[in-house]
Amino acid sequence: MGQTIVVTSGKGGVGKTTTTANLGTALAMLNNKVVLIDADIGLRNLDVVMGLENRIVYDVVDVAEGRCQLKQALLKDKRFDGLHLLPAAQTRDKDSLEAEQMVKICKELEQDFDYILIDCPAGIEQGFKNAIAPASRAVIVTTPEVSAVRDGDRVIGLLEASGVGKVNLLINRLKPDMVQRGDMMDISDIVDILSIDLLGVIPDEEKIIVSTNKGEPVVMDHSCRASTGYKNIAHRVMGKKVPLMPLENESTFRKILKKMGLSS
Amino acid sequence: MNLFNRKKEKSSKAIAKDRLKFVLIHDRCKITPDTLEKIRKDMLAVLDKYLDIDTEGTEILLKDDRSETTLEANIPILKNQ
Repeated sequence: MGQTIVVTSGKGGVGKTTTTANLGTALAMLNNKVVLIDADIGLRNLDVVMGLENRIVYDVVDVAEGRCQLKQALLKDKRFDGLHLLPAAQTRDKDSLEAEQMVKICKELEQDFDYILIDCPAGIEQGFKNAIAPASRAVIVTTPEVSAVRDGDRVIGLLEASGVGKVNLLINRLKPDMVQRGDMMDISDIVDILSIDLLGVIPDEEKIIVSTNKGEPVVMDHSCRASTGYKNIAHRVMGKKVPLMPLENESTFRKILKKMGLSS
Repeated sequence: MNLFNRKKEKSSKAIAKDRLKFVLIHDRCKITPDTLEKIRKDMLAVLDKYLDIDTEGTEILLKDDRSETTLEANIPILKNQ
């Protein structure tokens, strides 16, 4: 029996779609059967981030309205066998889907897949309600900015009120050098303010944009920290305990101290 | 110019955190700063009837840790002379 997880945030532009694509890919790399659902009706994007945009025939609204079988609408990823995408409709408005239809689709998918990840639309209106309705877990994506954290807090309140059992935090676009200078809130500041469990942290890296340009999730590029970050998060989603990866570069001064045995 | 006596500026992260905490407390419980100020005045007026209090040193804050919101009032009572 699979698990349905909604990836959401209060504010737009914090990286929900990138998170959904990379977490889904990371889970598939760990041999899970995964479906990614783009619930952002009218503004689909998960397909381009995944590099699957030119293969769409049917979408989630076609499934909801019975124009095709659920299996027909699932796009199989070209890189990983267990990874599938259920794209959003682009020609419809966001009211063309109802919460019950989303619940029905996810219940059916839970029979065959381990994880169903829903990429939630920004905002807290109907699209948001539809996207969270089938979920038993939620990942709140926030960046270390005042506006993103504030809106994240609002969404946590709404999720708790709607009975989504487990709500975790993902901090995206952390800039370690700004944190070191005291110019960006750090992990503990944000966790302290939102008081929910941390699922992981993704550092801000240029490679994320490069990989999105190519339609290849950054988690496949094993040379960067964001990739390690997503893999760690996938392990934690699966219930394993993985320590947070170090984000700060060790300063030369500290390296010297270490060599001299003056610092641990 | 005094290099050694330069006033240490608060980091922008600390400012962000303080502002965020303030905003969230009011978001979560929907009590505006204006309402809080009214509560403060009324409370002091009541206490002032019975006790000799230090209105200047009074602190009234909302605290919030998601599971519960509390109103914390710190009102110094002046000793009888």
